[in-house]
Amino acid sequence: MKKNVIKVIQPKGGKFNQRRQFLKLSGLALVGTGLFMACSNDDDVYTPPEDDVFDLGAGDLGVLNYAFALEQLEADFYTKVVNGSYWSGANPTEKQLLLDLYNHEVNHRDFFSAAISAAVGNNTAAKLPTLEFDFGSVNFNDRNQVLATAKVLEDTGVSAYNGAGRLLSNPDYLVLAGKIVSVEARHASAIRSVINPNSADFAGDDVVTIDAGLDLALDPSEVLSNVVATGFVVTEFTANSLP
Amino acid sequence: MNIIKFLDEFTTEKLISDTTSRREIFGTFGSLGKKAALAAIPFGLATMPSRTYAQSSGDPVSALQLALTLEYLEDEFYELALQSGVIPSGRSQIVYQQISQHEAAHVEFLKAGLQGAGVTPVEKPTFDFTAGGAFDPFNDSGVGQEAAYAQLLALSQAFEDTGVRAYKGQAGNLQGSQFLTPALQIHSVEARHASEIRRLRGLNGWITRDQRGLGMPEATQPVYNGEENVIQGGVNVTNLGDGSPFTIDASTQAYDEILTGDEAVAIASLFIVP
Repeated sequence: MKKNVIKVIQPKGGKFNQRRQFLKLSGLALVGTGLFMACSNDDDVYTPPEDDVFDLGAGDLGVLNYAFALEQLEADFYTKVVNGSYWSGANPTEKQLLLDLYNHEVNHRDFFSAAISAAVGNNTAAKLPTLEFDFGSVNFNDRNQVLATAKVLEDTGVSAYNGAGRLLSNPDYLVLAGKIVSVEARHASAIRSVINPNSADFAGDDVVTIDAGLDLALDPSEVLSNVVATGFVVTEFTANSLP
Repeated sequence: MNIIKFLDEFTTEKLISDTTSRREIFGTFGSLGKKAALAAIPFGLATMPSRTYAQSSGDPVSALQLALTLEYLEDEFYELALQSGVIPSGRSQIVYQQISQHEAAHVEFLKAGLQGAGVTPVEKPTFDFTAGGAFDPFNDSGVGQEAAYAQLLALSQAFEDTGVRAYKGQAGNLQGSQFLTPALQIHSVEARHASEIRRLRGLNGWITRDQRGLGMPEATQPVYNGEENVIQGGVNVTNLGDGSPFTIDASTQAYDEILTGDEAVAIASLFIVP
């Protein structure tokens, strides 16, 4: 495999400022940074995004697209994990654990894909397309980096589903989200436990409030700005109709 | 309100009648799981009465009272566990202390929430964690430190996995109320606990098929019945693709299932002195 090269790419005149403005105004835009992109060869050029950026939509469909985006991110991450050298050389326990996470997240991703297709019917333009990711900043040969990134993604998933439950109108979607979020929480706990085995980190005070024992719950705008901060998502999309 | 009266009222099918003996409850416990709802939920929901799946009472207060009952149970269990001297120092002690703090906080949080809504919280029941002599998790009857610890871990696993499924089963009843988000926030904490307790026992953090896992007493099987479901939203998730993510094992691990209120009550009732 060719070694990834991190290049600093200067956005074309004024683009950067416009994009920053865009983020600031909506507070919801999910944008690849455009500053640091992994390129497989030196000939890659920066391609400005299309003008018609996908918006997740409103209501139940918006939430399903939102969940689909997060599951795509997780599935893509674990796909790279199980193709990396840390995983191939990991001890059997960690290897199985990460393979399980890969399995579950790919299943979740493809489930949402099927569910949204069923929900939108002929209106296929309302379904979030396949997103492009760039984990250029993560060294998949390094245990600590893989586990630390997994922890962030799993905790993010928990916070996202917990915060999005109230946005769902259909009780069946709510139960489905519940079926998935508890598995994300099991993942988060296990990854935290692997990182720091003899500790309370599995449900640490950094994620569970001490006074009430409540886990994270964040609105889509907060989750997406956290995701933007990772720089992992290349494909732009917006969430203008979600809080 | 008296806990038994509450549970009785909650249990719409009158699973636990006044005349039911504890032994009969065990029998009920054993057969209950078989009818665990595996209703398929098509995404074309217009064709489907929405009440067929969501827990049907639609009553947030009953849902919270059930949650409080389960939290009372967990809270007292962990407190007694920490006092018993059965838990080894080190990782186990740290884990149990953290969980115990959370369960105590959940009890107070739910009581305050109910009171804030003008509702009297259900009273704390009297618990019997031996389930009529079947277990000795705190080594009170001298089963021995090692056996007691094994039972204590097994009961923890059963309680946490029950908690996850029970909260999930009440989500529909809390929908549209201010309690939905906090209940979800508790639900995922229970899942974090469940994962760690299972890992302490040498299992995976997630549930495969309807397997209760190595060393779990058969009496805990109703906690796991129904977890073998692979139909999500009307979609058989084993058919979504090829390869390891779509095996039956992976497809059941990836989704936790609900317990109905009746099922959760039946499990909790095993440990409540009538």
